[in-house]
Amino acid sequence: MHNEWQPTCSIELLRLRAQVLADIRQFFLVRAVLEVETPLLGNSCGTDPQLDFFTTDYCSPPLQRTLFMQTSPEFAMKRLLAAGSGCIYQISKAFRNGESGRYHNPEFTLLEWYRVGFTLPQLMDEIADLMGLLFSGQRALKPTQRVSYQSLFQRHTGLNPLAFSLQDYCAYAQANEVPEAISLCGSDHGLWLDFIFSHKVQPHLGENALCMVYGYPACQSSLARLNKDNSHVTDRVEVFINGIELGNGYYELTDAKEQGRRFDEEISVRQQKKRPVTVKDKHLVSALEAGLPECSGMAIGLDRLLMLLSNSATINDVLNFPLHRA
Amino acid sequence: MASYSTNEFKAGLKVMLDNDPCAIIENEFVKPGKGQAFNRVKIRNLKTGRVIERTFKSGDSLEGADVVDVAMQYLYNDGEFRHFMVPDTFEQYQCEEKVIGDTSKWLKDQDSCTVTLWNDAPLAVSPPNFVELAIVETDPGLRGDTSGGGGKPATLETGAVVRVPLFVQPGEIIKVDTRTGEYISRVKE
Repeated sequence: MHNEWQPTCSIELLRLRAQVLADIRQFFLVRAVLEVETPLLGNSCGTDPQLDFFTTDYCSPPLQRTLFMQTSPEFAMKRLLAAGSGCIYQISKAFRNGESGRYHNPEFTLLEWYRVGFTLPQLMDEIADLMGLLFSGQRALKPTQRVSYQSLFQRHTGLNPLAFSLQDYCAYAQANEVPEAISLCGSDHGLWLDFIFSHKVQPHLGENALCMVYGYPACQSSLARLNKDNSHVTDRVEVFINGIELGNGYYELTDAKEQGRRFDEEISVRQQKKRPVTVKDKHLVSALEAGLPECSGMAIGLDRLLMLLSNSATINDVLNFPLHRA
Repeated sequence: MASYSTNEFKAGLKVMLDNDPCAIIENEFVKPGKGQAFNRVKIRNLKTGRVIERTFKSGDSLEGADVVDVAMQYLYNDGEFRHFMVPDTFEQYQCEEKVIGDTSKWLKDQDSCTVTLWNDAPLAVSPPNFVELAIVETDPGLRGDTSGGGGKPATLETGAVVRVPLFVQPGEIIKVDTRTGEYISRVKE
């Protein structure tokens, strides 16, 4: 393998990445959002049952302890917010074990930002502004779409995502060439939604346009706040372009008790699924007790954004050394 | 037989699905940021040749299928079965016509081909990419016409019908690409 030492992306892509990073920094500089750095290596990690982390050992003989590579900078950034940082953003690496494919590399780059005092619709305005700026150098996107999860799901499948009817969901799976969903999802409503949304809805979202989907079903979001007018949905937004999921945002949960409860629930789900165990981030819970300001936060996968900006078919085309060459 | 996890599904891997032997064609990792990870797999049923898509939860596994491709020599047709032999071991296999399917029109006694075995029973037979066969019937050729324009049908000794250039004569041996069924060239004996 003579070429294995070489980057999988072109030199042109290195330049595009540098330009995107510069544009993002300029965007937030103008808006007086502070750039921060938080640890990649921590004593605890997110409890999301769908995310697997890497662990490593800190050795200072005779002491040795397990540290976690961060799956997202979220918890540390929220501690900064609770400490009074004001609006902050970060461009950082994140690590997710076992995620590898056309749109995934276990080590990837995230842009994450928090806006104090922003509601979800205000955050969505800002996402659209940022995307408009980043794409303006490349190609024009069609007008931004904003659509609720419920109406989108209903339109593409005829199913109600908020009220689970096993019979209806099974009939849909049979009629739409995914009968395996029936045994795979069983009576797990959240799993059904993941399956149908990712297979039958997502591929159609945002054809050369930014598509923002809000109002996710309550069973689908661990850190978002329940909508104050409709407790069946959360104040969560996901953004898509050309069927590719780019990022996720929340009107953040600030209730320490509720957060503690959701952590416990996630940890018990992890145990049931026999996922590697993690510990509750007690610092985050303390920070929430001390008081997280009302805020909205967003995370965007920059590698996927680069794929879209450069019309690349795989994430390897925008990374210099994906895992198999790292 | 070993079992394989979705992470090991590579193109060409042979696995059992719904009690049939299948080959993986493509495997795509699908993961909603906040949701369950899936693998969307394109897979060919080796019995029927049909290609289907099937989704698995990431980390699920399938039993491997004992499927191997073996180079064999085609011996003869006894009217009910076709017989093949592994040249090295002289081991013989008999195949029903339905297993052979369309391949039969390229099979000539003594020629080599690939027999796919599942649990040591023939599952499919594929001809070599190129075969050399004699023409048994075609319109008399126009000598000197080497333009290659037009062409005419020619029936080969195995029964296959291919389009050949006008100058090709009955009795001549030609080389044919079995993947496309196209004439390649004449073969000098």
